[in-house]
Amino acid sequence: MMQRRNFLVAAGAAFLNGCNEIGETAWFGKLVEGAQGWHRGLHRALGVGRIPMAPEYTRADLSPFFRGNGSLTVDTEAYRAAEANGFANWRLAVGGLVDNPGELSMDDIRALPQRTQITRHDCVEGWSAIGEWTGPQLSTILEAAQVRPEANFIVFRCADNLNGQDYYESCDMDDAIHPQTIIAHRLNGDPLPVRNGAPLRLRIERQLGYKHAKYLTGIDAVASLDDIGEGKGGYWEDRSGYQWYAGI
Amino acid sequence: MKKPRKRHALSTRLWHWISAVSLIILFMSGLNISNAHRRLYWGDDGFLPEQAWLEVPRFPGWATIPDYYSLAAARDWHVLFSLLLGFSLLAFMIFAFANGHMKRDIFASKREWKPSSILKDIREHLKFNFEHGEGKYNILQKIAYASVILILIPLMIFTGMVMSPGMEAAWPWMTEIFGGRQSARSLHFIAAWLLFGFFVIHILLVLAAGPISQVRAMITGGKE
Repeated sequence: MMQRRNFLVAAGAAFLNGCNEIGETAWFGKLVEGAQGWHRGLHRALGVGRIPMAPEYTRADLSPFFRGNGSLTVDTEAYRAAEANGFANWRLAVGGLVDNPGELSMDDIRALPQRTQITRHDCVEGWSAIGEWTGPQLSTILEAAQVRPEANFIVFRCADNLNGQDYYESCDMDDAIHPQTIIAHRLNGDPLPVRNGAPLRLRIERQLGYKHAKYLTGIDAVASLDDIGEGKGGYWEDRSGYQWYAGI
Repeated sequence: MKKPRKRHALSTRLWHWISAVSLIILFMSGLNISNAHRRLYWGDDGFLPEQAWLEVPRFPGWATIPDYYSLAAARDWHVLFSLLLGFSLLAFMIFAFANGHMKRDIFASKREWKPSSILKDIREHLKFNFEHGEGKYNILQKIAYASVILILIPLMIFTGMVMSPGMEAAWPWMTEIFGGRQSARSLHFIAAWLLFGFFVIHILLVLAAGPISQVRAMITGGKE
């Protein structure tokens, strides 16, 4: 009996060791990347005949408050000064592979056609919160900037620095021009609170929370993600190996 | 359709072992994912302790894949093996309905559903007599296998799909069937433990019924 138990313990440990080692191989990484592509393809294909939209809710469904996670503020003099000034001089740079680069002021952003949506925010950890977001569609900003055909991704630059690395995120053009992808400046009818990314954050409703970059300072159209950060397309992707396609 | 000559058809055997590996990996990587946020809720949303219906214990490293806390690595395993579990079940269902396995061996007849017949089957189980019943499987086996194949694993797959925001955008009605994303997450957790319960009983009964011949039959096909 004792021997059998020892055998089971040893077999279990060997199995876990094997999993750990397989998990670190290059071919496992390739398999996972392939699986991600399958999920993404299925998500797009199964929404046949329409643009797949994240569910929208009513004001009665709003969460008691909207939790902040990750960076809860930006720890710089410049940000503290901007906050004291009500973010009146905040600018969003639009550049990269566009014919019409430039900077948008907060007034410019508020003057664009606005979309208000009550959506559910799903953190990769498992929790969800429902909030009402207002801002211009990213597609409006990209159209005005005239994105060149060779651009494959949109990169989002952020003011926050987490554990010594600047936060950033990216998405493909399909999500960039999606109707629910907005640059939000209001949450539940009020200007964005600091913990939720004041004054501007991305809402990219068909993906998990870490894709919704906060404290936005710039948007770049790029052909490849290889030369940005460590090349995996986002802060958590670079730092911890989170999936770039966070629609899963 | 002609009865297969072997006890277990090739499609059944392949599906059995692919599912066994997938379910073990999905369960253990799932416990790692559970450690990322150890509260369960009903409805659409939830993040506060007072919204939770259950505070889940932290699962130790020896029970998780990988054996240290890594949400990203655990999700990699989950993302990969969820596809394998889902598509192998789909393929098995097609084969099992086509070759008559489902109708002949899994679905029970009216006679078997009689309380007296079920009670008799329970008594035989308590006597450790497993070679009874009119077909390949006795009524308790049929109930257990049908629950796993037709209810529990599909429930795992569909609640998992609801939790993928990209999938939800394609089929938003699925979320409503389960009563919201956090409800789907809670059901995913409950169904995982019910499957674990099935796994334990399944292994114990295989051990009691003669593990070598049972496992050999599930590998080579065995004799009818």
